[in-house]
Amino acid sequence: MNRTVIDLWVGIFVAIGIAALLFLALKVGNLSSSRLSETYALQARFDNIGGLKVRGPVKSAGVVVGRIVDIKFDATTYEAVVNMEVDGRYRFPKDTIAAIYTSGLLGEQFVGFESGGDEKMLKAGDTLTKTQSAVVLEKLISQFLFNKAAEGQDAK
Amino acid sequence: MADLGSPFRKLGHLAVDRIWRLGFAVRFLFAVLRYSGASFRRLHLTLREIYFSGVLSLLIIMVSGLFVGLVLGLQGYEILQRFGSTEALGTLVALSLTRELGPVLAAIFFASRAGSSVTAEIGLMKATEQLKAMDMMAVNPIARVVAPRFWGGVISMPFLAALFSAMGVLGGWLIGVVFIGVDDGAYWSQMQSGVDFRYDIWNGVVKSFVFGFAVSLIAVFEGYDSVPTAEGVSRAITRTVVTSVLTVLALDFVLTSFMFRGTS
Repeated sequence: MNRTVIDLWVGIFVAIGIAALLFLALKVGNLSSSRLSETYALQARFDNIGGLKVRGPVKSAGVVVGRIVDIKFDATTYEAVVNMEVDGRYRFPKDTIAAIYTSGLLGEQFVGFESGGDEKMLKAGDTLTKTQSAVVLEKLISQFLFNKAAEGQDAK
Repeated sequence: MADLGSPFRKLGHLAVDRIWRLGFAVRFLFAVLRYSGASFRRLHLTLREIYFSGVLSLLIIMVSGLFVGLVLGLQGYEILQRFGSTEALGTLVALSLTRELGPVLAAIFFASRAGSSVTAEIGLMKATEQLKAMDMMAVNPIARVVAPRFWGGVISMPFLAALFSAMGVLGGWLIGVVFIGVDDGAYWSQMQSGVDFRYDIWNGVVKSFVFGFAVSLIAVFEGYDSVPTAEGVSRAITRTVVTSVLTVLALDFVLTSFMFRGTS
């Protein structure tokens, strides 16, 4: 076959391949939406993080505003230290509560921000002081059972 | 005593032979890498090989990717329906394709479609003493014949795997959204929130590059090392396909255990 024809076909092949990669990156992956252009770091300490994972979302009012970048255990206070990167477009008040929620009954766990009313805003590197740990199902059930048992004794 | 010893002797001979071949393959790889500068300086040689191993594999890759996507869509819907979470169909199809099926199946098709023909070509050149003739004319056969075929395969493979995954996602969309009636927005948005570019797609691309490297090396090596007879060439082609498939599957396990562990 003619050399220029081969060049043309190779060009078409490479173009299709790059188009497929772009399709994967933009339409299948979340390169376009999740690329947080400018982020700042926040930290929160929890008594119990449940099943929270690195790379999990940070949400406020249900909207993803950041990602969890690191989870560590602090051996001096026996707390979990969660490091997050939050989108630079969003600022949160100093008294924002960080809580761990589960999406759906069996879904993934995420950190939810509930903004407070403080006029001072959180800066990069700040630690959220007000946190709420993950709900542990076993604890909830045992509490419920103890309450039921106590009710039963009262009735007698 | 001689009868008792002979099976062990055969086993030992086989093992030594394998290790010897492995050593030769590594030396061969270094020779190919050393002389591959020439194949980029004379770019039309490499382009020709991209045409033969990449462009001519387009059809089989696209059609098989589409069918794999169709099957994933059907099976995934059937299973997800049991848990009442058919909206996750897009995530299921996209993750299984970009992480595993795309690179692995594309590499296997690539080995049987392009790798076998490369082995046959080089093996026949050796059998008809064309390689020796080149050597006589002071043309290095590794630089002229082997390296362009090797790099043609390495360059084609990531594109083919990406194309396979893309066609599979479209196939899953065709079955899930168009025929069964999963919500179109849910299919794409769940997919986008579940698939991470760097973690899932980029690791898939790295995988396909590694597979392309391995399959191309095996194909050119088996051709170059083949016994220069009709039977030897046919055996070399069989070995190319079998070794490539086994190597791809084993490498896939190793790469997966490095890439997708722990964090999620």
